[in-house]
Amino acid sequence: MSEFIAQHPIIGATLRSIVALVLLLTAVAYLTWFERKVVAHIQSRWGPWMVGPHGLLQPLADALKGIFKEDPTPQGADKFVYHLAPFLSLSLALSSIALIPFGPQPLLGVSNVNTGLLVLFAITSLSVYGVVLAGWSSNSKYPLLGGLRSSAQMVSYELSLTLSVIGVLLLVGSFNLRDIIANQQGHYWGIVPRWHIFAAPLPQVIGLLCYFIAAVAETNRAPFDLPEAEQELVAGFHTEYASMKFATFFIAEYTAMVTVAIVASLLFFGGWLSPFPDSWTWTHYFPTLFCLAGAAWLVWDGLRYPTKFGRVLLPILGAVLAVVGVLCALGGVNEIVQGPFWFVSKVFVFLFIYVWVRGTLPRFRYDQLMGFGWKILLPVALANVLLTALAALVLKR
Amino acid sequence: MSIELFLFFLFAGLAVLGAVSLIVMRHPIHSALSLIVVMVALACLYLLIGAEFIAAVQIIVYAGAIMVLFVFVIMLLNAGEEERTNLSGMARYVGVPLSILFTLQLAYWMFRASAQHAWLQTAPPGPPTLMRDLALRLFREFVLPFELTAILILVAMLGAVVLARRES
Amino acid sequence: MVPVSYYLVLSAVLFGLGVVGFVFKRNIITIFMSIELMLNAVNLAFVAFGRSLGQLEGQVFVFFVIIVAAAEAAVGLAIVILIARNRQSLNVERVDLLKL
Repeated sequence: MSEFIAQHPIIGATLRSIVALVLLLTAVAYLTWFERKVVAHIQSRWGPWMVGPHGLLQPLADALKGIFKEDPTPQGADKFVYHLAPFLSLSLALSSIALIPFGPQPLLGVSNVNTGLLVLFAITSLSVYGVVLAGWSSNSKYPLLGGLRSSAQMVSYELSLTLSVIGVLLLVGSFNLRDIIANQQGHYWGIVPRWHIFAAPLPQVIGLLCYFIAAVAETNRAPFDLPEAEQELVAGFHTEYASMKFATFFIAEYTAMVTVAIVASLLFFGGWLSPFPDSWTWTHYFPTLFCLAGAAWLVWDGLRYPTKFGRVLLPILGAVLAVVGVLCALGGVNEIVQGPFWFVSKVFVFLFIYVWVRGTLPRFRYDQLMGFGWKILLPVALANVLLTALAALVLKR
Repeated sequence: MSIELFLFFLFAGLAVLGAVSLIVMRHPIHSALSLIVVMVALACLYLLIGAEFIAAVQIIVYAGAIMVLFVFVIMLLNAGEEERTNLSGMARYVGVPLSILFTLQLAYWMFRASAQHAWLQTAPPGPPTLMRDLALRLFREFVLPFELTAILILVAMLGAVVLARRES
Repeated sequence: MVPVSYYLVLSAVLFGLGVVGFVFKRNIITIFMSIELMLNAVNLAFVAFGRSLGQLEGQVFVFFVIIVAAAEAAVGLAIVILIARNRQSLNVERVDLLKL
């Protein structure tokens, strides 16, 4: 079987991409639940809690609602482009998962392109089309305005996005994502990990800040979400899209969020590398500890849950998590689980920051947004490139 | 048929379809979308031929920025469908056949000419171009044209801003 | 394996189609896009020749062609906007007199 897959690499890549897509889509669905819960708690309320215990089945309810809702096409809309736009958005957002390595083993990652980072930026630059075509083809003023504003914002912040990672590229010398992670192996003085955020010639803090701000603007998320805010332009470029097509845009936006979080953790925080030195082998049991703690909490909370469904479902989930935790402690599984565990936790931290920023900061006005992107963020990103180049030249000799 | 040949015909067919669609479509936005399809197909062909950096630059700059500019201008100018006037007699009976003949002739003579040279009958040799080599070539032998194009873009940007400004 | 001559034939076909579009279309923006199609066809020929000869100059030149096409598109479209503002039409047959 494994020779068959080795001889037909396309089949192996297809299988891996199917697994990656399933995991990604589940993660995106529960990201919407996570966002609603966190934003609600920031605003001193509960968030979804009725559909399933702790609102855990809310994404399922949203999907079902989306399927059964009416899906009209506006009169006078350009039919081909109208139906193309959400399809384009979603397929571009999902295809970036093919370039990401999840762990050190070659199996964990669909492909290993030599110019991986450049292809990621190519996909980002193509995703402008989903927005601008959606806005234009709806044959209505608010979507057109929202679409044009949104795409102008995306194109402007793309520049700062690509410039802010050049600092990292100067330190690594390759666009290959696995090489970028390999450059972050090891620890300074045995304790501080060699991640690019702590990098020796110049810690890439400015680069990370510029990257994150530009990425938030690029994915049209708060505080840069004026073009799609309800109070401003009805709903911006996706006003005339109902049910499933709107859900497609929604999924595309959250997938882009996840991709941004993944790339930030790969470039600046070491991807799947552990923050602890390799000699501390007791840290290899962190996944197990984490799973067992989660299982204990689930069981304890589940047994006290008000509804009967919760009292049954939560302890079952807890038991499954406990079994997974015990499995992670076994020898063979332990090594494979290390990489993905640290990868997922770093991505989770970034996603939390994304949601936190959304719940906390007010929106930028459009002219403030564009002024910030061109007059402040772009020069700062350029300055970062210059400083990193100088530091690399002087200190790496 | 090897997988490379299959992919070549796939992307080449897509490119030609896109180019024909560019000419045939009446609304400029559909022509723009067809041109984007051509560019993406060409980028995939560059990948097939081993020029990875050029493929990425083609998508980022050409399909991702220049064509966005085209699409913006089409939307801002509210360019509608072309008027449906029939081609004049000369155009229909002489022009269209001659233009098809021209395209086929180009293809045929290119094919004949390359059949005479053996080195064109083989696949491109070697592994995909290393970006490091390309970068070294660009910043050593070609650094002057590189800086000049930077100035060219600056001038073009200033020119576009000045030209498109409203008299106030 | 794909012989290099196949890429050259494709480049020739795309160039011919670009010329056809340039000559027959009446919308100024579509004419512009046919010019971009011709430039792309030439880029393909450059890359094909460059790779088959093992030289990098082909790709370096394509890099410059793309940049120049970007500059040209920016200024050209600005001129198109001016024409559209002055003549209220994007039809080249209406812009064929020096005097309004």
